[in-house]
Amino acid sequence: MPDKRALYEQVIIDHNRSPRNFRTMEDPTGSARGHNPLCGDILTVYVRMDGDLIADVSFTGSGCAISKSSASIMTSVLKGKTRQEAEHMFVKFHHMVTSDPSDTSSAEDLGKLEALRGVREYPIRVKCATLAWHALAAALEGDGRTVRTE
Amino acid sequence: MVLAMTGVAAYRAQPYDGIGLSAEEVMRIRRDFPLLSVTQNGRPLVYLDNAATSQKPQVVIDALQAYYAAQNANIHRGVYRLSEQATDLFDSARKRVQRFLGAELSCEIIFTRGATEAINLVAQTYGRKNVKRGDEILISTMEHHSNIVPWQMLCEEKGATLRVIPITDDGELVLEEVERLLNEKTRIVAVTQVSNVLGTINPVKHVIDAAHAVGARVLIDGAQSAPHMRVNVKEMGCDFFVCSGHKIYGPTGIGILYGRAEVLETMPPWQGGGDMILSVTFEKTLYNDLPMKFEAGTPHISGAIGLGAAIDYVEKVGIDRMAMYEHELMRYGAERLRAIEGVRLVGTARKKTGILSFVMGCAHPHDIGQILDDEGVAIRAGHHCAQPLMERLGISATARASLAFYNTREEIDALCSAVEKVREVFC
Repeated sequence: MPDKRALYEQVIIDHNRSPRNFRTMEDPTGSARGHNPLCGDILTVYVRMDGDLIADVSFTGSGCAISKSSASIMTSVLKGKTRQEAEHMFVKFHHMVTSDPSDTSSAEDLGKLEALRGVREYPIRVKCATLAWHALAAALEGDGRTVRTE
Repeated sequence: MVLAMTGVAAYRAQPYDGIGLSAEEVMRIRRDFPLLSVTQNGRPLVYLDNAATSQKPQVVIDALQAYYAAQNANIHRGVYRLSEQATDLFDSARKRVQRFLGAELSCEIIFTRGATEAINLVAQTYGRKNVKRGDEILISTMEHHSNIVPWQMLCEEKGATLRVIPITDDGELVLEEVERLLNEKTRIVAVTQVSNVLGTINPVKHVIDAAHAVGARVLIDGAQSAPHMRVNVKEMGCDFFVCSGHKIYGPTGIGILYGRAEVLETMPPWQGGGDMILSVTFEKTLYNDLPMKFEAGTPHISGAIGLGAAIDYVEKVGIDRMAMYEHELMRYGAERLRAIEGVRLVGTARKKTGILSFVMGCAHPHDIGQILDDEGVAIRAGHHCAQPLMERLGISATARASLAFYNTREEIDALCSAVEKVREVFC
């Protein structure tokens, strides 16, 4: 049995208590809602693009510590990144939280996102961790739809 | 009942009064349930998710094993001894259910896959035949999705209207509204006897009498009541009563529909197939008598036999004594949880079973559940298949500890220590 403290890293507790970029955006170029029926998490992710660059990204909503901190950390690493960099980051993040815990070979350091590595020990919480990212992907497409994790 | 079933008023520890179960008796009972001695992470498992499913005593496991190892044959019409024995076992399980629920006739007991299937059976037979455009079906705010969606589907098909009895902030039905909502268009009233989220024990007799006064039929969802209190469908006077086997310490995949014989007789069959017929020609099929009219195909024979063994077990301990004990334990748990800073109990009705839902300001129910699991305490977190109730309460989820007669004060203490850990991590 893994230790739950590996899931609730101090960084996660911190972002859960005081989430960064936790605000609605007045002039987004795209936004999307994400809904995770498992925990009842509902997040809205806003993004403002400046050409190909993410000029601003924020979120609102309510949810469990994992979904909320993941959204907060996501917004704090994406500002100033290109659309393509953001998409790559999602792929790497998704791999990190779904990879086999016994597999240490491909452990690329993902910086701030590392705080959520413990999620891979808890497959049921992967949806919480990736909710904001799925909403971001929809917001980048700018179709304003609600994405669901189930 | 000697002890008043009053809600969660100030708890005062009382010595064993000879009415419920003594601590020694509970320790003996725990040894009957193999899963209760499982350890997790080096600690004993504290299982407090009994509203989702209960653990099984060895006698139930043995009954399943014995059936498959020594008694397995298909029932009815077998002209050999093994089949006759299997048929007897199956029929005798039905009689046990009949006695357990206080039904007048064993043919009023229909075996289903579960409580959900039993509700769907009523909606699709009685409902389809009797509900017309403009009619109304009345449910309550605290229903489980399984007692909402089948009626919604029926209303959509028939152009009928679903109406909802409101609840108070404490989680009790607003009884004045029941009278106001009932009218000559009401065809069916479907209400739970005990809320799976709040633990509220509803005054179903009152609802049934009021519904009958306007000519409506009443279905009582007993999924959370039958395992935890004495049920008597005849005294209650309901037309239908449903419950599930796996919550009464029996196997999964077996459930009960009780229907009053005179109502069941008027209903069209549900599924077509073997066993539900008297004779079949390509021109005309004659349907079988109750209960087989509603049991097409080979039933869950081992499930019924296992459920019969579970009921025997429950009756041996005594469901009234179980209810007393669980009530005391619930009061102890409510008082202890309430004393923890930041914990708010959800569901504070005056009459309750052993369901303790709570929320914490600083931690989401799912995070509470995760930390508790680390401490070896199994509870449920989420909307508990009652999203409209969650919306009424203005919350997205609760953490829910649900008790059974094999739980102990020490386990309540473990729950509370684990909740303190949640505070350490999140608050």
